[in-house]
Amino acid sequence: MSERVRAQIASPAASRVRRRRVVTADRLIAVLLIAPSAAAIAVFVYGFIGFTAFASFTKWDNLSPDFTWVGWKNYAALFNTVRFQIDLGNTVTFTLLFLAICLSVGFALAVLLDRGIRGESFFRSIYLFPLALSFIVTGVVWRWLLNPGSVQLGTTGVNLLLERIGLGVLKTGWYTDPRIGIKAVVIAAVWQMSGYVMAMYLAGLRGIPEELREAARVDGANDLQVYRSIIVPLLHPITLGAIIILGHISLKIFDLVVAMTGPGPGFSSDVPAFFMFDTTFRGNNFAQGAGIAMILLLMVAVLIVPYLVYSLRTETQR
Amino acid sequence: MALYALLAAFAILYLLPIYVLALTGLKSYAEVNLYRMWDWPAHVSLDSFVKAWVGSEAQGFRGLDNNFWNSVRLAVPATLLSAALGSLNGYVLAKWRFRGSDAIFTLLLFGMFIPYQSILIPLVQVLNRMGLYGSLQGLIFVHVVYGIPITTLIFRNYYATVPNELVEAATIDGSGILGIFRYVMVPISLPAFAVVAIWQFTSIWNDFLFGVIVTPRPAVQPITVALNNLAGSYIVEWNVQMAGALLAALPTMLLYIVLGRYFMRGLLAGSLKA
Repeated sequence: MSERVRAQIASPAASRVRRRRVVTADRLIAVLLIAPSAAAIAVFVYGFIGFTAFASFTKWDNLSPDFTWVGWKNYAALFNTVRFQIDLGNTVTFTLLFLAICLSVGFALAVLLDRGIRGESFFRSIYLFPLALSFIVTGVVWRWLLNPGSVQLGTTGVNLLLERIGLGVLKTGWYTDPRIGIKAVVIAAVWQMSGYVMAMYLAGLRGIPEELREAARVDGANDLQVYRSIIVPLLHPITLGAIIILGHISLKIFDLVVAMTGPGPGFSSDVPAFFMFDTTFRGNNFAQGAGIAMILLLMVAVLIVPYLVYSLRTETQR
Repeated sequence: MALYALLAAFAILYLLPIYVLALTGLKSYAEVNLYRMWDWPAHVSLDSFVKAWVGSEAQGFRGLDNNFWNSVRLAVPATLLSAALGSLNGYVLAKWRFRGSDAIFTLLLFGMFIPYQSILIPLVQVLNRMGLYGSLQGLIFVHVVYGIPITTLIFRNYYATVPNELVEAATIDGSGILGIFRYVMVPISLPAFAVVAIWQFTSIWNDFLFGVIVTPRPAVQPITVALNNLAGSYIVEWNVQMAGALLAALPTMLLYIVLGRYFMRGLLAGSLKA
């Protein structure tokens, strides 16, 4: 039972006087200070989402708004569109590969850096550095790096490098090959984001007391066992956080695809966010664009909402 | 030793794209050849940077100079406004909680994760009505509004670490909510301001989606949008595209090199657990 409730039971009158004092001008000002931001978010996030949801159930398919209600028709049509089916598949492929590679590379780098080496901050800065760049810059660079060249004119980019160091067998068409498509974009995305995972894991590793490792070693555990049974389990919250952050970035991925590949041959590197942009702002098919946007939002919400609720609840318990 | 070799190998992999970026930008026209992408330049030349910066009337493409300054005029005020708003919100949500304030905080936070596709259609309509569509002011407004969640989060987490006794003592001394903010909180929140400023500047400078949607006119566009147009054009040479990419990356790269420590903290704040 809280102090205030107890006080109220003991002496209701006294508590009323105190509460009157608490509801002073300052309390009011506090609410007023937060009000503009709360109102802005209410309109520009929740109101706008509401409008987009509404638009996705209408016939609005050209520049002039047409709010004739069509029910679930746009969604049904969308799931029957080959491009959208490919996009959803690409999103799944991209997200799984991106997460798996980023988490492994990030964890490996963090473990290497955590061994008390000299020049740690130097290496750390290098691995983190791509994070400061725009996805557009990354896309432009990797478009040229993964440009396979042509049979007539010769090999370029990474293929050329592979050839020179004697790994010519690894040459492929990268994003120009429909069988690779979006997987080539994963390479660029991992280059940009894996440093982030490294930073998160490194912060986590630093938070694990040395005594825990010592104790395990005294008990006769080798390095691998210490990692397997002590460190990795303790890092689970960080892994979860990284999955949430990278996961929502990868579901929304747009800029990188625009700058690096575009939709690619047979939509092999297309993603829902790009389809939405294309159909809405180039094709003026607003209702279809709204539908794609709502599906994107739903995917992100499924990932984010439980995590948000969970983190805030554990925070208040603390 | 094996450890260092491994770390160095990774470092080379991470630096390779930057190496190509710089190398290509520094080559003269005579040497630019896709098939010699990995070769050192025989002569260092800044021609590509100049061309990416001023454009070429003969070839008919615009340089990035104008757009670079657009991005400066966009990112600086938007960052300052974001930081001001975020610090006020964070202060209230950490130190002046009222019934429903935690709910407001949760609802704000969700705005940080939404795919902006889900708000773009009404956004364009509303900006049009407000007379802000197509202008840099409109873009500043958009970045400030959608920056509210992350800036509020960073400041709230920072102010939550400030002891309540400090606020209570100031209250007893007769300070009001605004006086405490101005004379107690602001002077001690320089680190939080640095984290927020770097985070917001970097994300606004690097943004593409809002830029391409809100500013259709090339003269108004931020540099990321202009760079994407430049790189998507078949008349612009490969080395000029690379030089342009480096120009677009320069401010955030410098920020990272000089203030990397704060950059790092902003990143970790993004995962809610600062």
